[in-house]
Amino acid sequence: MRRALEVLALVAVLVAVWQALHIVGGDVALSSPADTAVRAGEMLASAGFWPHVAETFTALAYALAIAVLGGLAIGLLLGLHRLSGAVAEPILVSLYSLPKITLYPVILLIFGLGLSAKVAFGAIHGIVPVIIFTMGAVRAINPVYFRVSRVMRMTTADRIRSIVLPAALPEIVSGLRVGFSLTLLGVMIGEMFASQQGLGFLIMNAIGLHDVPTMMAVTLLLAVVAVAINAVLLMLDHRLHRRAA
Amino acid sequence: MTRIGWIRLGVVVGAVLLLEVLCRTGVIDPQTVIAPSAMAVALFDLLRSGEMNADIASTLTNVAIAFVAAVVGGFAIGVGLHAVPPLRRAADPLLATYYAIPFFVFYPVLIALFGMNDLPIIVIGFLFAVVAMVINTLNGLDRIPPVLLKTARLMHMGPLNTALRVKLPSAAPYLFTGVKLAVAYAFIGVIAAEFILSTSGLGYSIAYAYNNFDNARMYALMLFIIILVTAVNMAFYVWEQNQMQRRRRPS
Repeated sequence: MRRALEVLALVAVLVAVWQALHIVGGDVALSSPADTAVRAGEMLASAGFWPHVAETFTALAYALAIAVLGGLAIGLLLGLHRLSGAVAEPILVSLYSLPKITLYPVILLIFGLGLSAKVAFGAIHGIVPVIIFTMGAVRAINPVYFRVSRVMRMTTADRIRSIVLPAALPEIVSGLRVGFSLTLLGVMIGEMFASQQGLGFLIMNAIGLHDVPTMMAVTLLLAVVAVAINAVLLMLDHRLHRRAA
Repeated sequence: MTRIGWIRLGVVVGAVLLLEVLCRTGVIDPQTVIAPSAMAVALFDLLRSGEMNADIASTLTNVAIAFVAAVVGGFAIGVGLHAVPPLRRAADPLLATYYAIPFFVFYPVLIALFGMNDLPIIVIGFLFAVVAMVINTLNGLDRIPPVLLKTARLMHMGPLNTALRVKLPSAAPYLFTGVKLAVAYAFIGVIAAEFILSTSGLGYSIAYAYNNFDNARMYALMLFIIILVTAVNMAFYVWEQNQMQRRRRPS
């Protein structure tokens, strides 16, 4: 209850700041919270809006699947094999901090314009944090568990299923959360440059036409969905970490 | 260099060589990716001609301003939030979900607010970097061992002394992480804003070269950014390692 009140207070403060910025900047800069909400409602009711939503979330779903499955597999491998992990870690960290947007033209040249380029771009954003978190989680597992598994003559597959994954799960969920945010960012950037469909394209189009309410409305809807999904993952994250502690 | 360092170097050099061979033998079409050696030559020519100097200078200035503002501002906000627990609890969900919001969409809003200059780009870089610093400052302050604070109280240390001699050194590793992330995020924010929306800077030059099918220039600029960002990150990494080593040594 208290939690809900605090979140409500935060939302109220954010809306107040938004309204203040609106008063300072005027309609040219940003539309008021009320206008934006109305425009968002109109868009949700219009049939032309949903294909763009479908495009963005299809790209996001594929990119997430690649980032999560690929990241888990590579992260497990690097976590279990110490030498490769030690060799790969600084390389991964510098990949993580690279402005990957500069590589987007390469992705476009390889995959062509369209859905697959967005998926690939989203996936390269998301996969690196998933790898880093998974690797860190596997490395941090108490070595006693591995000794026990050796005594019990478990196979590698069994060891991964009944020791590595459960022990590393809380950290892996943290990685998923970061991975989700970055994958979404990648897909959005992909749509904002050289794209004809999706929410990112809608925003760029609205920017081009200087249609401030539409731009703000799409941004608002996107932010609400992103924050909602993130909040669910965060709750899961806290619960798992508490259980592990 | 350690054995692991040599293996790592081998992996990186091997990957570059593999790309070189694949490009030179025509497995990879030069319309798609040009050979690394060709990128290096193009970059050398581009740098010698001096035509990129203005863009390089403007991008680096923007990144530097965004980075410094983010580190100072993020540290101040972090300390402030830590001092007022109710504010902190209210801000936590915002901090945790902050990076799920794609900021670049605010660029037109920022142009309307600040005008058509470098300020909107700097603000995006700042917005991108500042929260990483806030989160790590909070992490660092949260993890100060309570026994150190008790000791400080026993020794009758004033608030300023406690902050400088106990809190700051004990939170330092987390602050380093924040600084490292802030520099990386400032680069990402500034270059992405230039790439998608601006009309100057390195990011814009890459987008411009792509739109004009100028692969040599595009890959030269990409190589430049990759080398630059990696060098900056490495410098921070080495600096951090040195500091950590000095702390471990008993004085």
